[in-house]
Amino acid sequence: MAVKQISIFVENKEGKLVTITDSIAKANVDIRAMSVADTQDFGIFRLIVTEPEKALEALQSSGCFVSITKVVGVSIPDEPGSLAKIVKILARHNINIEYMYAFITVSKKYASVVLRVADNEAAEKILVENGVKLLEEKDIADM
Amino acid sequence: MRMPKKYFQQEAETMPVEEIKKIQDEKLVKQVKYVYDNVKYYRDLMDKKGVKPEDIKSTADLHKLPFLKKDDLREAYPYGLLATDLNKCVRIHSTSGTTGKRVVAFYTQNDIDMWEECTARALVAAGATEEDVVQVCYGYGLFTGGSGIHGGSHKVGCLTLPMSSGNTDRQIQFMMDLNSTILCCTPSYAAYLGENLKEKGYKPEDNKLKAGIFGAEPWTEEMRRDIEKALGIKAYDIYGLTEISGPGVAFECEEQKGMHINEDHFIAEIIDPDTGEVLPEGTKGELVFTSLDKEAFPLIRYRTRDICILSREKCSCGRTFVRMTKPMGRSDDMMIIRGVNVFPSQIETVLLNCGYAPNYQIILDRVNNSDTFDINVEMGTEDFSDTPKEITKREKKLQDAMKAMLGINPKVHLLAPKSIPRSEGKAVRLIDNRKRYGITI
Repeated sequence: MAVKQISIFVENKEGKLVTITDSIAKANVDIRAMSVADTQDFGIFRLIVTEPEKALEALQSSGCFVSITKVVGVSIPDEPGSLAKIVKILARHNINIEYMYAFITVSKKYASVVLRVADNEAAEKILVENGVKLLEEKDIADM
Repeated sequence: MRMPKKYFQQEAETMPVEEIKKIQDEKLVKQVKYVYDNVKYYRDLMDKKGVKPEDIKSTADLHKLPFLKKDDLREAYPYGLLATDLNKCVRIHSTSGTTGKRVVAFYTQNDIDMWEECTARALVAAGATEEDVVQVCYGYGLFTGGSGIHGGSHKVGCLTLPMSSGNTDRQIQFMMDLNSTILCCTPSYAAYLGENLKEKGYKPEDNKLKAGIFGAEPWTEEMRRDIEKALGIKAYDIYGLTEISGPGVAFECEEQKGMHINEDHFIAEIIDPDTGEVLPEGTKGELVFTSLDKEAFPLIRYRTRDICILSREKCSCGRTFVRMTKPMGRSDDMMIIRGVNVFPSQIETVLLNCGYAPNYQIILDRVNNSDTFDINVEMGTEDFSDTPKEITKREKKLQDAMKAMLGINPKVHLLAPKSIPRSEGKAVRLIDNRKRYGITI
């Protein structure tokens, strides 16, 4: 069920971002969401894209240190309190969130949230049991 | 006030060159026989070369004897080169080896006394008398720096402050409150202390220091001038190595033109590092030492890998011992970082032990007269992580393993696979930016 995230290790060096964005553009892949975690020396780029495999191949062939990370994607109503609700569900079940980020789609009715947890299946099961709608690969492509 | 003594052991330090030669001839014959009889490792080397103790009649025969290399010391670890009963030994010191195995040197009480007399000579050459306060901020412990100078300072009768390295605030407090007159440490630490004193608002004339004895790492004439100015002192160089005893194998006099080798205890030769052939005086080559008086760990023709030049030109200080230049380079790949000997092979060993391929690059530089030490390491494709926390954790783990092996702390940076530039398929292992400052080792 999990969603595929493209994770890229990027040294803090000139031109690295150009390489990444260029190769994704050339592969004709659309970026839906993006998040960056950085330290003084390097950053990790995390992307949700329309065609992860195609993006992975393009990035690898341009020499990027890249991998696909399975993450949990959920769709929540774009209204106050929605995010709090899912965070509470996970907290109640002692599921630790490594990192998360969210994005909204054109329709504006729903927001999408990407969650990185240790055990995707366990998190997904609990979220579904609590009536949360999960995102699938095709949902992202169709957005 | 009495006139300060100019020499610690005048008779030895100023004897005519012919006299030095005679003493060396006599001691060498005895020492070679002693080693042959007591050290199987070296006896085997001599037998293999077909040399018997009887073949060595004077220093003119020295070239017939086999060399000892750092690899031999590692192979013979720990007791293989010990020439005396362990009961007669009173101490060990140790230095890092090439692939993690350390070199352990043993000392009898006589060995310690001889060594401390050598450092006492260095202290007196720098002007030490029993009225002086000697602040020793070389590390104490397995490293020979601290205890070697410490013992010499006792022999001269100086008040000795066994500070050891680090804790700069305390160093400065004791220096100012106890009126230290002679400072002993690495040149980079001396420069660092100078900057700290300045930051605290002290002027060079505010301290009571008159001299400093600095060694254990390469430094330049420019650094010497900086340190002398910053601390208001005269700065003296000192040379030594654990394998031969420790600091004080050679020391500088007031001329500051090379270091006098204590030739009544050690014979120095310069060889061609490639052929092993002995080179004439004044030629640049690898320095080789033979110890003449050591009981526990006597080394014959030990290759230091330090490149320098010897000169027997008359010195105005009155000492007749031959002088060596500062080491100008190495005939192996050893680096001296913050006064510690580091071999690339040690770094490779740590990488392999920690599950990394040996794809790395060492970057050395000098900031504010002290060394920076960075190691870039390529990750394997399986090492990918999508969280910086995990990568930082691995960097820390590798850094700790490096510290345990090398004794100093590098900054480890994990990089993406194949990100270290390769020339002709081979990665450049070392970028030593210290060369800009004239540091060549």
